[in-house]
Amino acid sequence: MSLDYLLDAANWSLTSPDGFPQRILEHLGYTVLALAIAAVIAFPIGLLIGHTGRGALIAINLGNAGRALPTLGVLMLALGLVGIGLVPVTIALVVLAIPPILATTYAGIQSVADATVDAARGVGMTEAQIAWRVEVPIALPIIIGGLRNASLQVVSTATIAAYVGLGGLGRYLFDGLATLQYDQVVAGAIVIAVLAVAIDLALAGAQRLLVSPGVDGRGAGNRPSTVRPEPQPEPAG
Amino acid sequence: MSEIWRYLETNADDVLTALVQHIWLALIPVAIAFVLALPLGALVHRYVPARHIALTAGSVIYTVPSLALLLLLPGLLGTSVLDPINVVIALTLYSLALLVRTTADGLDAVDTTVLQAATAMGYRPVRRWFTVQLPLAMPVVLTGLRVATVANVSMVSIAALIGIGGLGQLFTRGFQLGFYLPPIIIGLVLSVTLAVIADVLIVAIQRGLTPWARAGAR
Amino acid sequence: MIEFEGVTKRYPDGTVAVEDLSLKVDTGQITVFVGPSGCGKTTALRMINRMIEPTSGRILIDGDDVTSRPEAQLRREIGYVIQGAGLFPHRTVLDNVATVPILQGISRREARTNALDLLERVGLAANLGERYPAQLSGGQQQRVGVARALAADPPVLLMDEPFSAVDPVVRDDLQQELLRLQGELGKTIVLVTHDIDEAIRLGDKVAVFDQRARLAQFAPPADLLAAPADDFVASLVGRDRGFRGLGFADGSSVALKPIDHGVDGLTLEVDHDGRPLGWRGTDGLLPTEGTFSDGANLRTVTDLVILSPAGAAIRVDAEGRADGLVLLEDLAGSVRSQQRERLAALATSEDAG
Repeated sequence: MSLDYLLDAANWSLTSPDGFPQRILEHLGYTVLALAIAAVIAFPIGLLIGHTGRGALIAINLGNAGRALPTLGVLMLALGLVGIGLVPVTIALVVLAIPPILATTYAGIQSVADATVDAARGVGMTEAQIAWRVEVPIALPIIIGGLRNASLQVVSTATIAAYVGLGGLGRYLFDGLATLQYDQVVAGAIVIAVLAVAIDLALAGAQRLLVSPGVDGRGAGNRPSTVRPEPQPEPAG
Repeated sequence: MSEIWRYLETNADDVLTALVQHIWLALIPVAIAFVLALPLGALVHRYVPARHIALTAGSVIYTVPSLALLLLLPGLLGTSVLDPINVVIALTLYSLALLVRTTADGLDAVDTTVLQAATAMGYRPVRRWFTVQLPLAMPVVLTGLRVATVANVSMVSIAALIGIGGLGQLFTRGFQLGFYLPPIIIGLVLSVTLAVIADVLIVAIQRGLTPWARAGAR
Repeated sequence: MIEFEGVTKRYPDGTVAVEDLSLKVDTGQITVFVGPSGCGKTTALRMINRMIEPTSGRILIDGDDVTSRPEAQLRREIGYVIQGAGLFPHRTVLDNVATVPILQGISRREARTNALDLLERVGLAANLGERYPAQLSGGQQQRVGVARALAADPPVLLMDEPFSAVDPVVRDDLQQELLRLQGELGKTIVLVTHDIDEAIRLGDKVAVFDQRARLAQFAPPADLLAAPADDFVASLVGRDRGFRGLGFADGSSVALKPIDHGVDGLTLEVDHDGRPLGWRGTDGLLPTEGTFSDGANLRTVTDLVILSPAGAAIRVDAEGRADGLVLLEDLAGSVRSQQRERLAALATSEDAG
C-alpha cells in the first residue's frame, strides 16, 4: 500500500483547492451544516415527545426506519428531485441525521427517573423548566451519543457525495479510482478515517465537559449502581 | 408511477440479479459475524482487559466511514479493489464490532442470582452456558443482530460505487441516466423492504426462542 | 390549616382513589395519613399541591382554594419530600437544596449560603455540600431531600413515605430528627406512611384510610390505640394496644415512695451525691437496670419496673440524684385509674356528641 500521495507535501498546501486542508474544511463544512440543521429540527421534537410521552411510537420507530435507509439511495433521490448542488446534498444529509438524533433524544429524556421528574414538578418547576433544567442535563450523555451516531452517518455520506461531483474528502477516493492512482485513494481513505475519529473524539470530549459529574459517575466515591452505562454507538452507512 | 413499472418490466433480470447479489452480500457477513461474536462476546464478558481492547477496536472500526474502509482493505489484504470479498470482510468487521459488544452486554444482563441458582442445582459450566446463560442473553443479543442486519442491508448499496453488485447499482444507473428516478426509487423500495423483512424475521425468531419474555409481558 | 371539602378522585377506568374526603389538618401539627396500599393516602396528599387534581370537591390552604393560583407557584410555597428523596443527580447537594429559592429569584450565592445552614440543621456535615447525590447514602439523601423542602421556608410540608426507602436503624434516626426539627420550626406537616408505628410515633393526629379509600378514623394516636373506631383500625393498629398506649400516658402521675423504702428485701444504695449505685440485698449489690426522669411516659416507667431486680423503678432529678421509687402496686393502681378516667371521658363525649 503506497503512502506516496499522503506524504507528498504538495498535497498539504493550504492554498491549493485540491489540497488536503481545503478539502478537510469543505468536508467539515458539509458535516457541521447538516448536523446543525438536523439537531435544530430533531432535538426539540425528541425533547417534546420524551417529556410528554405522546408520539413515542414515532420516535422509537424512526430510529429503526432511519437505519434501514441506504444512504446512497437517499442522496440520489434528493439530487434527482431537486437537482445538483449543495442544497439537495444537505437535504439528504439532514434526512439521514434526523433519525438517530430524534430517537436518542427521545430515549434519553424518557429514561430520566420518574421520581426525579416528580420531585422537579413538586418543587414548583414549570414543565419547560423541568425539561431544560432537569431532563436535558441528565439525558445529556445519551443525547450526545445520538449526535455522535449522526455525525458518523453524515461524515460517511458526505464522503459518498463526491461521487456526484461534490467536494470534500471523497474526491480523492473517486478521482483516484478513476485515474487508477491507488495511492491517492489510500491517502483519501486514511484522512477520512482520521477525520471521522477526530470528530468522534471531539464530541466525546464535549461530553466530558458538558455532562455533570453527578450523572456520568465521575464524582469520587460513587456507588456503582447509580452510574449510567455508556450509550451505544451504531455503525454508519 | 407507470414509468417505474415500465422500468421494472424492461429491466426485471438486472433488478433481480442486483437483489440476489445484495442479499448475499448483506447476509453472509452478518452470519459470519454472529457466529464469531458468540465466543468473542463470551471472552469479552469474562475478561476485563479483553473488554477494553474489544470496545476500543470496535469503536474505531465503526467510526471509519464504510467507503474508506472498503478502499483501504485491498491495500491491507492484497486483494483487487474490485473483488467482492472486500465488501464481505468490511461488513463482517462492522458487524463484529457491533455484535461482540451487544453479545457481551446480553451476557452481562443475565441475572447473576439465576446463574448461581443453576450452579447450586448442579449444572456444570458448559451446560449452564448453553441452557441457561445463552438463552437468557438472547433478547439483547438478537436486538443487536437486528441492528447489524439492517445496517448491513443499507451499507451494501455503497459497494456499487466501486463497481461491485447489489441494489446500489440501481442508484448508480439512475445517476448515469441523468438522475433518472425510476431505478432510484425501485432501489430504495427494495432495499428498505429487504431491511424490514430481515428485521421482522429476526423478531419472529426472537419470539420463538424466548417464549418466557412474551408470557411475562402480558 | 389545610382543609379537604368533599374531595373525590375517580379515574376514567372507574377506580375510586379517594371518596368524599372531608378533614381539617391543623396548623403547626404533624398529621399522618396511614393505611394499606391503594387506600388513597398518597393520592390525597398529592392533591394538596395539585400533583393530582380532584374529580370533585376542593382543598383549601388557610382559606384559599389551591386552584386559585398557578400550580408551579403553589408548589414553590409547599415543601415536598418523596420516598428516595428524588434529588437531582446532575446537581451538587448544595445546588439541590438551593433549588426553590433560586426558582423564586433569590441570587445563587445567597441561596447556596442559606443552603449550607440548612444542611447543618438537618444534621449533615457542611463538606457534603459539593458532593453529588450518587455519592451519598440513602439516609443522607433523604436528609438532603428534607433540607431542599425546607429551603424556601414554606409553612406547609408534604412528605410521601419519606423514610420507607432506608433501613430501620436509619429510619429511627430520621424520625427522631423530624420530631426535633418540628420542635424548632412548627410547620404544618402532612406525612403519608404505610407503617402504623411510624404514624403513632410521629403524628399529632392520625388519619386512617381503609382499602375502600374511606376515612376510617381521624384522631390523636392515643385514641387510635385506646379506642379504635372499627375492626379494620383495630387490626391495622395491631396487638398490644394497651401496652403501647402507655407510651402516651404521663409517667409522673404515679405516686412515689421515698428512696429508702425497702422493696422485697432490697434497699436502694446511693453514693455521697445521691446517685443510685444499685440494690443492696443478702446476695450483694444488684445493678439498677436504668432510671427515669420527670417527663418520662408510663411505658418507660413500666418497663423499668419489670426489669428492676427489686420490681421498683428509680426516678432521678436533673443532676441524676435519686428522688423517688415507683412500686409495682402503685403503678398498677395508676394504670387502672387512668383507664377509668378515659372511659368516663368517652362516656361524656358520647353523651355530648
